[in-house]
Amino acid sequence: MYNKRFIIPGLVIFVLFVTFPLWFNAFSTASPVPKPELPPGGEKECVAPASEMRDRHMVLLNEWRDGVLRDGERDVITVGGKQYRKGLQMACMQCHTSKEKFCDTCHDYTSVNPFCWDCHLTPEEAALKKETH
Amino acid sequence: MDKQRRKFLKVAGATALAGISAPAVVKLTSSPAIASSGHDAATGHEAPGDAHKAAPHGAEEAPKGVRLGLVVDMRKFYGKPELLDKAIAACNKVHNVPQIDNKKSEIKWVWKAPFENVFPEHSSSHSSKIRKENDFLVMCNHCDEPPCVRVCPTQATYRLPNGIVAMDFHRCIGCRFCMMGCPYGARSFNWENPRPYIKEYNPDFPSRMRGVVEKCNFCGERIALGKEPACLEAVKESGAIVFGDLNDPGSEICEVLDKENTIQRKPSLGTKPSVFYIV
Ligand code: SF4
Ligand code: SF4
Repeated sequence: MYNKRFIIPGLVIFVLFVTFPLWFNAFSTASPVPKPELPPGGEKECVAPASEMRDRHMVLLNEWRDGVLRDGERDVITVGGKQYRKGLQMACMQCHTSKEKFCDTCHDYTSVNPFCWDCHLTPEEAALKKETH
Repeated sequence: MDKQRRKFLKVAGATALAGISAPAVVKLTSSPAIASSGHDAATGHEAPGDAHKAAPHGAEEAPKGVRLGLVVDMRKFYGKPELLDKAIAACNKVHNVPQIDNKKSEIKWVWKAPFENVFPEHSSSHSSKIRKENDFLVMCNHCDEPPCVRVCPTQATYRLPNGIVAMDFHRCIGCRFCMMGCPYGARSFNWENPRPYIKEYNPDFPSRMRGVVEKCNFCGERIALGKEPACLEAVKESGAIVFGDLNDPGSEICEVLDKENTIQRKPSLGTKPSVFYIV
């Protein structure tokens, strides 16, 4: 091979340069894997296993929404002996009481901006203007 | 060659003429049949006499399923504006309805208005003092033939099997077609973020966001829990509002409707309101 002295170091530099984002992220602490807060109330059971919730919670919420609003499926769900009404405010947030420490951790990490909270009230927001009687 | 072209043009011309005049011919020859089919086109070929027998003036088809309705007994509200306010405040509270003091931006689920605005078809030139001096309770009529539902391009507003005309705020794109369609002004548009105008939150219900339409939902979420509409509950002891199934002859609301003279808003429009008034 001609110009071995130039080509091989050149290739090495090129590969390092192209893979820069990968190894930079591997060694940096800029974006640690999110750690959403477990329910402060100590609940251990969710409406579905954690792995499934991680993948499908948005689908489940849409199914609940359509069921409740259109198909009259307002039945309560029983999890760990406690009953919940279907809904973000009425089921999810009963255990995961902090949007900031739960929802936001992963949503920020993956840079998604769901618009749930434009209308739905976080427990914190609801407490700001509480019923006074 | 030339001969063929002439022939083709003749045939094409005759065909075009026949095509253009066909609808007119069909219309002229079949006008009695069209007149007889009346409201329900599906009934098809009925003689004019039959149609009248099947649907006497003011009667409805055999009711099926549940159709929720509401009677406002205005006699109980006359002279008691505070009772009206109580019903309105109860609704505003359970549904996180913002209080915006501005005619353009205000949000109304249930409100009060003078007789001639509520019942323009029933107004007369010399109305009684009671009519002049009192406001009337108004809300979405949960029409049986809701024009708002017909015009909504996203099906964000729809009629439930129990007769409630409901909304899915998630789907509303804020086009406001429904506000044009509703002949009762029952819908309000969120021109701005409503949250700063909500006095106290009901944590069981969402708020709305800027750019969606909202209206009375007949307390669908409370009925699902076996509760009564919030406005009714607030004035319960007066018995001024009755709620129930219009299709169940044994229900309280049907007893009231059987006994009392009731009117609906703008009946000539054919929207078939489910809200009735005793005035
Ligand atoms: S009153 Fe207006 S908003 Fe309510 S169902 Fe009838 S048309 Fe729709
Ligand atoms: S404003 Fe919303 S509810 Fe009304 S017609 Fe448009 S999409 Fe439908």
